[in-house]
Amino acid sequence: MGVRSFFDRIEPHFVKGGRYERYFPMYEMVESFLFTPKTVTTAAPHARSYVDMKRIMTYVVIATIPCIIMGLYNVGLQANTALADFPATGWRAALIEFFGIGFNPQNPLANFLHGLLYFLPIYITTLVVGGIWEVLFATVRRHEVNEGFLVTSMLYALIMPATTPLWQVALGISFGVVIGKEVFGGTGKNFLNPALTGRAFLYFAYPAQMSGDAIWVPVDGFTGATALAVTAADGVQALAAEGLTWTSSFIGTIPGSIGETSTLACLIGLAFLLVTRIANFRLVLGCLGGMIGFSLLLNLIGSDSNPMFAMPWYWHLVVGGYAFGLVFMVTEPVSASHTNVGRYIYGALIGVMVVMIRVINPAFPEGMMLAILFGNVFAPLIDHFVVQANIKRRARRNV
Amino acid sequence: MAQTKRELLIDPMVDNNPITLQVLGICSALAVTSSLQVAFVMSIAVTLVTAFSSMFISMIRNQIPSSIRIIVQMVIIASLVIMVDQVLKAYAFEISKTLSVFVGLIITNCIVMGRAEAFAMKNPPIASFVDGIGNGLGYGLILMMVGVIRELFGAGSLFGVTILETVNNGGWYVPNGMLLLPPSAFFIIGLIIWAFRTLKPEQVEEREYKIQVVEAH
Repeated sequence: MGVRSFFDRIEPHFVKGGRYERYFPMYEMVESFLFTPKTVTTAAPHARSYVDMKRIMTYVVIATIPCIIMGLYNVGLQANTALADFPATGWRAALIEFFGIGFNPQNPLANFLHGLLYFLPIYITTLVVGGIWEVLFATVRRHEVNEGFLVTSMLYALIMPATTPLWQVALGISFGVVIGKEVFGGTGKNFLNPALTGRAFLYFAYPAQMSGDAIWVPVDGFTGATALAVTAADGVQALAAEGLTWTSSFIGTIPGSIGETSTLACLIGLAFLLVTRIANFRLVLGCLGGMIGFSLLLNLIGSDSNPMFAMPWYWHLVVGGYAFGLVFMVTEPVSASHTNVGRYIYGALIGVMVVMIRVINPAFPEGMMLAILFGNVFAPLIDHFVVQANIKRRARRNV
Repeated sequence: MAQTKRELLIDPMVDNNPITLQVLGICSALAVTSSLQVAFVMSIAVTLVTAFSSMFISMIRNQIPSSIRIIVQMVIIASLVIMVDQVLKAYAFEISKTLSVFVGLIITNCIVMGRAEAFAMKNPPIASFVDGIGNGLGYGLILMMVGVIRELFGAGSLFGVTILETVNNGGWYVPNGMLLLPPSAFFIIGLIIWAFRTLKPEQVEEREYKIQVVEAH
């Protein structure tokens, strides 16, 4: 117990009255990262459970592991495949050549390591910059630094395109953490998803680096459109010509943001979250129902000029950020509705909105980010009406 | 008279700013601040309209029947706005085209009506005039702050003069496109309000609710 005794020895300096009282949040952050938090609820009511906030957040990070692995593999695969036609340049290429790994797209390890060289800088930037904001607010406002940031930073890094400049990554996570979370009081009080808030900021501030055809494959000069962009232009039939099959979209070997392409990996994460009861199944059902129902309706209506109308629901499921958003963002408990009926409505609202934005709004090929933020804003209102309806129903019962 | 003329002029800058404390006139603050030049002209226009409308309303404040006072105030404000609009069209046509409908909408700017109702109806003309100038300048101050941030980081220039050479023109600066969209002013004004209330804690409103902590037995 060397580490424990070290913490026990230095703890008196950080608690109230100690020399470094001001820096208690930093001490607390490191200690509770390594050990189970000692603080327990003193006020009633009590519910004894091993699932505390720390464990919830850790489980979500564990659930992203399939997405990370598939994402890294896919970024490398896209890059290595494209490199057949373009020369490899930059520090990544130098590093890969130095270790003699090569750029063979048939070699999974080479793909994975190449992807890692894109993911790591983004992730480290996110952790450092976001972490500085977290610690700053925790110190000034005297609350604790929360494990929630580990989730936010991981999700944020996974929804970045691999080519995002690092200064934009830093700016986006700053906006997400400060405006999306801290100004409202920190973890548990954020009504918007911080990771998505940061990405939405970048999406509107720097559209050239966040949308279009040139950013998904991290090779200069190579353009690879996302499945949604292809469908918006020429319909689902055109996907085959681009080499995008349903199976490849499901497994995730298609251009897209780092972690979002593999529906399969997202579903593995979803299974883990559902089994551990971190994710509420009602949110998932609502969101699936909304998406399937509305896309079937649009298939029925049909359109001569807009090929997106004909996109079947099983394509909506596997392309773009739908699966990733469904698993990791829609199910986020803080920004979702808190009542059981509300959860179905909230999920369905997002499911309908994502199809609506993808199909009917010609300006945005992808709709999951905006749909979830839209749902976040409406979640408290949905809860309000659910609660009021319940009050009315029970009042009628007792006339 | 509780306040001196000096206070009437200075107070609305920070202590009683129409935008950050009273949260009035937000609409035009969102719409016209993407370019500093336009924001500057708008500030002058609003300052003049507020000052003169307050003065004229104050002059006849004892003759205005209470039941139709809003209509009378509107007539005076509308006349002044039309004058401003005509002057802009005559001498600064380009800017008046950019401002377009927002000059006309000064009529509905809550600051103008607010000062007429809250101050000019109860105070003498000179004091009302100074109060109008002060509130106009307070409005202008925030518009300028928002305008500087939005034009500098959104387009890399100030008053149309390039400060940060943008990538499209061969420079190094990647302009932030969101700052050119009106919603960005919401964030900036929000942050300014946050800064003001941190510096001046007495501006912080009281909580509407209190979280009660039940102590354990």
